[in-house]
Amino acid sequence: MSQTGTDRVKRGMAEMQKGGVIMDVVNAEQAKIAEEAGAVAVMALERVPADIRAAGGVARMADPSITEEVMNAVSIPVMAKARIGHITEARVLEAMGVDYIDESEVLTPADDIYHIKKDDFTVPFVCGCRNIGEATRRIREGASMLRTKGEPGTGNIVEAVSHMRQIQSQIRHLRGLSEDEVMVYAKDNGAPFDLLMEIREEGRLPVVNFAAGGIATPADAALMMELGADGVFVGSGIFKSKNPEKFARAIVEATTHYNDYKLIGELSKGLGTAMKGMEMSTLTGDQRMQDRSQ
Amino acid sequence: MTTIGVLGLQGAFREHVRSVEATGAEAVVVKKKEQLKEIDGLIIPGGESTTMRRLIDKYDFLEPIRQFGKQGKPIFGTCAGLILLASEIDGSYDVHLGVMDIKVRRNAFGRQRDSFEAPLDIEGVAEGYNAVFIRAPYIEGVGENTKVLSTYDGHIVAAQQDQYLACSFHPELTDDHRLTAHFVEMVKESKKTLAL
Repeated sequence: MSQTGTDRVKRGMAEMQKGGVIMDVVNAEQAKIAEEAGAVAVMALERVPADIRAAGGVARMADPSITEEVMNAVSIPVMAKARIGHITEARVLEAMGVDYIDESEVLTPADDIYHIKKDDFTVPFVCGCRNIGEATRRIREGASMLRTKGEPGTGNIVEAVSHMRQIQSQIRHLRGLSEDEVMVYAKDNGAPFDLLMEIREEGRLPVVNFAAGGIATPADAALMMELGADGVFVGSGIFKSKNPEKFARAIVEATTHYNDYKLIGELSKGLGTAMKGMEMSTLTGDQRMQDRSQ
Repeated sequence: MTTIGVLGLQGAFREHVRSVEATGAEAVVVKKKEQLKEIDGLIIPGGESTTMRRLIDKYDFLEPIRQFGKQGKPIFGTCAGLILLASEIDGSYDVHLGVMDIKVRRNAFGRQRDSFEAPLDIEGVAEGYNAVFIRAPYIEGVGENTKVLSTYDGHIVAAQQDQYLACSFHPELTDDHRLTAHFVEMVKESKKTLAL
């Protein structure tokens, strides 16, 4: 008797992506560049986060013809984004055969309270998180993979760093707590108690945690690996740079050899201008995508 | 002490390390070709085969791994690792290590939603083995010196040819270490033979 859609199969898929780079692409041509550069997967989108930011308005699931075009162009896995809480967009992506769904704050949320109950799906999900409360709630809803939220489309790494440090620090803190203290910690963080007990025992999250949201250079990618990320998502950074082919290859290599600083120095030479980037203090209220769900 | 190297360029290498250690052997993550001298057997893990191949080329691993195998030292390829070992890949001219006489089909069971777990019998190794298939390849055909160890739904999913072992599924994702233990035994045997 074979079984599809088990936790092991869904979480295992994310395990295979470890140490790799997942790149945002908007058409077949970009998808091929990403695959050629050594991406472990691509995220099919209508617009990269920087353009979503610039365009304003409501951002939705991409036109299925774009996602399909990307799926037909490459043999590596294809991910796609659904709006937070938009069960139907997610079901449509599943029916299309997308390999992983990102229930993503980069798109405008469809539900401002509830996330999708993801364990009902055969296809695995990745979700963003900033702290152990968000991380464990998403896992309980059925996410098989996590990523930091960072601040997408800004080309500024500061928020991704802060979210990765926060989660790592909370895991370390948790390890030192006694069982009775974990209950209060669960209450304070809105985190499921049993999952916290499991994390305290293992010393790590039960699913892989990638870095995302603001990675713009090979050194940024390497920094996130140094801080304990299992891999990286690069959104606007690659195809908003002057030389995407070279940039993509350099980011892949810097991720693999994140502690070979001489190599990262070599890789970073003559890459051309990285995406312009934004300072966090220039973002007001609803421009902060990371605040869109908790 | 038997030391097993796990190619650590990308993918689930830490899980293989854990599985090797569970069998009592020593495991090291191999990131540079010079490390091949320090190990008795090599595991090529699951991950993305296209990505791994790029990194193998970049760090000049291709010929050193072939030589490692030619010396009679065992190599075990799982999922993407199986694709890297194969001498023929369906629909592609891009053969990688090409050391094992098998023809493989990539993503043969379908996309991620078709990924599955199933119980398998692996000849001479295990019965009722819980195998995890993730966007898995299968073996379409084997050469005369290659022994089929297991099939699923009529497709070959594990095979051995002398010092080379390959499977479509992920032995590192469960706590059933019997296939890893079989590989560790192959390495111990080869160590004895190579010492003569």
